Amino acid sequence: MNREPATNRFLFTAGALLGLLALTVGAAYVNLGPFNTIAALTISAAKTVLILVFFMEIRERSPVIWVALATGFFFFGIMFALAMSDFLTRGWK
Amino acid sequence: MNTETRELPMTLEPRANYLNDGHSIRSWLLTTDHKRIGLLYMVSITLFFFVGGAAAAMMRLELLRPQGGLVTSALYNKLFTMHGVIMVWFFLIPSIPTVLGNFLVPLMIGARDVAFPRLNLVSWYLFIAGGASALWAIIAGGVDTGWTFYTPYSSTYANGHVLAMAAGIFIAGFGSIATGLNFIVTIHKMRAPGLTWFRLPLFIWTIYTTSLILVLATPVLAITLTLMALERLFGVGIFNPAMGGDPLLFQHLFWFYSHPAVYIMILPSMGVVSELIPCFSRKSIFGYNFIAYATISIGVFGFLVWGHHMFVSSQSVYAGMIFSILSFLVSIPSAIKVFNWTATLYKGSITFQTPMLYAFGFIGLFTIGGLTGLFLAALAVDVHLHDTYFVIAHFHYIMVGGAVMGYLGGLHFWWPKITGRLYCEWLAKLAAVTIFAGFNLTFFPQFILGFMGMPRRYPVYAPEFQVLNVLSTAGASILAIGYLLPLAYLLWSLRYGKPAGANPWKATGLEWKTSSPPPRDNFANAPVVTEEPYNYDAQAAELSLEENSHA
Ligand SMILES: [Cu+2]
Repeated sequence: MNREPATNRFLFTAGALLGLLALTVGAAYVNLGPFNTIAALTISAAKTVLILVFFMEIRERSPVIWVALATGFFFFGIMFALAMSDFLTRGWK
Repeated sequence: MNTETRELPMTLEPRANYLNDGHSIRSWLLTTDHKRIGLLYMVSITLFFFVGGAAAAMMRLELLRPQGGLVTSALYNKLFTMHGVIMVWFFLIPSIPTVLGNFLVPLMIGARDVAFPRLNLVSWYLFIAGGASALWAIIAGGVDTGWTFYTPYSSTYANGHVLAMAAGIFIAGFGSIATGLNFIVTIHKMRAPGLTWFRLPLFIWTIYTTSLILVLATPVLAITLTLMALERLFGVGIFNPAMGGDPLLFQHLFWFYSHPAVYIMILPSMGVVSELIPCFSRKSIFGYNFIAYATISIGVFGFLVWGHHMFVSSQSVYAGMIFSILSFLVSIPSAIKVFNWTATLYKGSITFQTPMLYAFGFIGLFTIGGLTGLFLAALAVDVHLHDTYFVIAHFHYIMVGGAVMGYLGGLHFWWPKITGRLYCEWLAKLAAVTIFAGFNLTFFPQFILGFMGMPRRYPVYAPEFQVLNVLSTAGASILAIGYLLPLAYLLWSLRYGKPAGANPWKATGLEWKTSSPPPRDNFANAPVVTEEPYNYDAQAAELSLEENSHA
């Protein structure tokens, strides 16, 4: 790839990730009821997007890379869906 | 078996090959040659195999008598943990992919090496570093959680060196991921001209699928072990309900990796068998496309069934039903393979050389292992059989009767290619038969024991179980002899074995078209593929033509 060194962008992204990490920890100390989980998941989704866009530079990659990425998310979806088939239907809490 | 007499010189040493391309220790430890890295793995996993086997031998000796007495209960816990951890992560998972896979993938697809040769060497060092950490945990005092590291054994109640052991598996796991990545890129990018996907040897299909599983599942194991360490070290409540965690989450995450890990072990063995059966039946494989697709679907379905390990763990009954049905489904592609191998044998000119004996052993034992898996996939039956010796017998039929038989079959098949030497055929046949007999005597009684209700993981048992336990221990000692024999005659063959020639089995496949042992860059001239795989019919016609012209 033919462009200026991306070091600054990487450092900025790393800083943003650390900031979001601090936010996650901070949010855990505030009692938001069920919104604690929602807040934590939202922050981690934001982190995922940062990594995909700035570290992996996913927008500039070929479709093969997108397929590989989609496969990863597909298998994550399997893990999530089938685990939820247990968590959401238990007769005990 | 006739040795090759027609075209190849019977001398070995003068010709340059990958084995005499540098003799220093450095030339081995810093090699980037996929063939040498395969041999590094072979030596390492063989050492681990005998360490894990020693633990099993101690357990079988302890179980000779109902009241035990050889080892303490605490030591017994450590023995079965050590046996499981070493055998699963440091022998079975690396076995075929890293030894035969490393050696054969570039040769079979007509490439000079894997896509990332230095990463390949890094994988081996990660494996060794992980293995060293695991061995340190064992020497420093051992781990007693079982190979599954279930919480709270591994967290709240952990005594022992759980974290060092987990770190070892974590590090070795990154070696696995790198190997998987390497193979995926190699198979996509480096196939010889004319070698389309559906001309690939079926071994390559299985290594490809296995690599996908390695890349997709291993990170989940790494994260799970990390979460366990976080809870243990920093009190982050993830699995402990007292701290807001979920008590079953560990098992979900662990088995999301560890069920597919079964396919990491068995798929490459199926690939080996798919090479052996056509060669020793002198026939093209029956239903190539079906076997290729079955391989992929086993890989995908393998990710959908993990909950069958949790039927009695207080997982919801609804989830249990889903996982039960999905587990039954995964038997379909496995059965397709068994039927296709059998159909390949039909009207073939079968010969009973050593590799073929292992292939037959694989088919029979894998079928028993697979069918007893269906018992365990049935919800109600599993309530009775869970955590009994029935489970032990079932998965040893898959992992030893299946995976290890395939590994040994492959090792005997490609040994002449790897070393350029032939081993002593009658001794090898004797060892194959000994292993088959010893294996069945060890593990078949355990089906009955489990069905009668003997639980796993106890050093003592009710007196009425003694006869079957003595039979099992007797079988284990026969099995041990069976495993020591190949160690002896294969090492012997390195020095005294007859030169093998390029193609002692008259097999098809690119790896047989180059000399044995192959040159550093695999092929003198870059190969071009013009025919279908397993083209034994055409080969037979060619050979008889040649014989006529010689006469
Ligand atoms: Cu399973």
